[in-house]
Amino acid sequence: MAEVRLEQVEKRFGEVTAVTGIDLTVHDGEFVALLGPTGAGKTTTLRLIAGLEKPDQGRISIGGRDATPLSPMERNVAFVFQQYSLYPHLSVYDNLAFPLRSPSRRVDEPTVRHMVERVAKLLRIEQKLQNRATRLSGGEMQRVAIGRALVRSPSIYLMDEPLSSLDAKLRSEMRLELKHIQHDLGATVLYVTHDQTEAMTMANRIGVLDHGRLVQIGSPREIYESPRNIYVATRLGMPSINLLPPAAFPAHPAPAGTKVIGARTEHVGIARANGGAHAKVEWIEHLGDQNHLHLAIGEHRLVTLVDPAVELSVGDAVDIALRQPLYFGADGERIRA
Amino acid sequence: MAEIRVENLQKSFGDFAAVKDSNFLVENGEFFVLLGPSGCGKTTTLRMIAGLELPTSGRILLGGDDVTFKRAAERDIAFVFQLFALYPHMNVRKNIGFSLKCQGMAQAEINRRVQEAARILRIEHILNKSVSGLSGGDRQRVALGRAIVREPMCFLMDEPLGALDSEFRHLMCGELRGLHNRLKATTVYVTHDQVEAMSMADKIAVMNRGVIEQFGPPQEIYARPASMFVADFIGSPPMNFLHFHSGIQRGAGEAHLGDALIRMPVLHEDVAPRDLALGVRPEHIAFDDDSALRGSVYGSEYLGTTQIVTINTPFGQVKARTKSSGEVRPGDNVGLRFAADRLSLFDKQSGRAVRSALFEGVAHG
Repeated sequence: MAEVRLEQVEKRFGEVTAVTGIDLTVHDGEFVALLGPTGAGKTTTLRLIAGLEKPDQGRISIGGRDATPLSPMERNVAFVFQQYSLYPHLSVYDNLAFPLRSPSRRVDEPTVRHMVERVAKLLRIEQKLQNRATRLSGGEMQRVAIGRALVRSPSIYLMDEPLSSLDAKLRSEMRLELKHIQHDLGATVLYVTHDQTEAMTMANRIGVLDHGRLVQIGSPREIYESPRNIYVATRLGMPSINLLPPAAFPAHPAPAGTKVIGARTEHVGIARANGGAHAKVEWIEHLGDQNHLHLAIGEHRLVTLVDPAVELSVGDAVDIALRQPLYFGADGERIRA
Repeated sequence: MAEIRVENLQKSFGDFAAVKDSNFLVENGEFFVLLGPSGCGKTTTLRMIAGLELPTSGRILLGGDDVTFKRAAERDIAFVFQLFALYPHMNVRKNIGFSLKCQGMAQAEINRRVQEAARILRIEHILNKSVSGLSGGDRQRVALGRAIVREPMCFLMDEPLGALDSEFRHLMCGELRGLHNRLKATTVYVTHDQVEAMSMADKIAVMNRGVIEQFGPPQEIYARPASMFVADFIGSPPMNFLHFHSGIQRGAGEAHLGDALIRMPVLHEDVAPRDLALGVRPEHIAFDDDSALRGSVYGSEYLGTTQIVTINTPFGQVKARTKSSGEVRPGDNVGLRFAADRLSLFDKQSGRAVRSALFEGVAHG
């Protein structure tokens, strides 16, 4: 494993700037997730590191060595794609062994066997080694695809939404598994996703991309609790952060220049009102473990969580007290209180 | 608007029983969700209500009328499909008004209804646009508009949000429920997505292999699952099961899991020694160093406000939802305490919930 460093990397496709000014270091043994919507530049960043694209500007180094002139093969990265393209005519064993048997590597068969078995055990597919790759469930296929990357000892694993084709239940199991495997191997991973849950639950650090720029990078907790601007604030959190004008909370003092107050569920205190309340319960969404409370403050809407034990009904008047919400200026940037 | 009553409904395709003896009542103005995995019979049930399939036996009453063998066109319903098949050569306005035009309705009335539907759906600004350039959400709104203008007795919807991506789907759930709150039209909605069902439904019927396993309001199905299937299908993460073997007397309010004595709702029936599963929701697990029920932390997943902690115990793996402020590390040995009055107990062989104080005041099954 190795450290991967991007310095002022830019890539354009004709008129379109895919990524620009990217400064990013993935430390040895670190799991970094790049989070952003389609078109934010996530996949381009991975492809630049893999050597599948050449940057127009900037420098990429792998393990301290300038990788810019290196071919994809010389960079020794392992790429896991969303679509697990396994070799359908081969067994699981042969699929896993394939990268080791490449003529450029020349690994002897006992070593191949040792490595394949170790990875199969790690991924809990050792019972399936003799199966044809096509006779597997979606989750097993995805594990084989990941396993094919793991049998090698690359400088970095580059993963492009590897869980997005799985169903919700399997995805949540695989999140935990992948994090575990990464931790056990001490693997360096750069993982690309548009799913905030994947980024928050697996990554040591999250980089938030917006239109080709890396807006903020930090631990999931830092990004969630201390977003730099409105864009980052809306990327994380379920239900998503409420954005309201200061006028919606006349009693709450906001710092000068505040144009938007960002209130996450933990910033919103609800109390049943005895007259003089300014919010009304519009709708309670019972999601079982959590109830989403939809409130109307004049023309504004606010969604927050309430404990299922709290007895509120539609039409009830409630008081809202804000606890250390986030403040944003006219440019969308955070104003530190 | 009308109520929908389904009595002893059965549907077989050759040897395969798609729907077995279904009974339920959708009350006037209710948002009713048929929830289950693919192949459970939910869509077949919906298609029988619509008149697109004929039942093998049983009756369907719409607003008190027996419509079991009436043709779809004679039933005053509107069907919204997952794949919103819009007419590509017509603009939004014409798409929405098309069915009315086919009925020979006067143009002035068509205009009035299209305008009203567009207002309700908040798509007045795109009425004159071509449908081909629309986003997925707007296409879905146009499809809904086509159903709304007919002012039917009820709406039937078959996974109408299935084609949208997940974040947008949740937004549309809120919109659909808001629409329902304004129109108050009796709605039957089919989905395999428990979050959709929980967020929108007044009542849910959970189906499995052609059988309705449980019928009731979302909170009740969540808090008092009638079977392991329902307990596992609802919730994210789903209900945890701790597996053990024991016999428990009626009137007892505790179970022995190894050395740990777990308090739970008082049982209302005797349980002869057998394989049992104690069901506990992730948010009803707390860490307690004094507890004799121990486990080892396998991993934790930060989610902002809360975190999901996965713990391996001698009785199986459990997931706890806790405040994200408490930090735990993989390998930590932790004691677990459960919210005693919220626990379910299941007979593993039958999968059914054992009757207990949990179900007090609720019709069982």
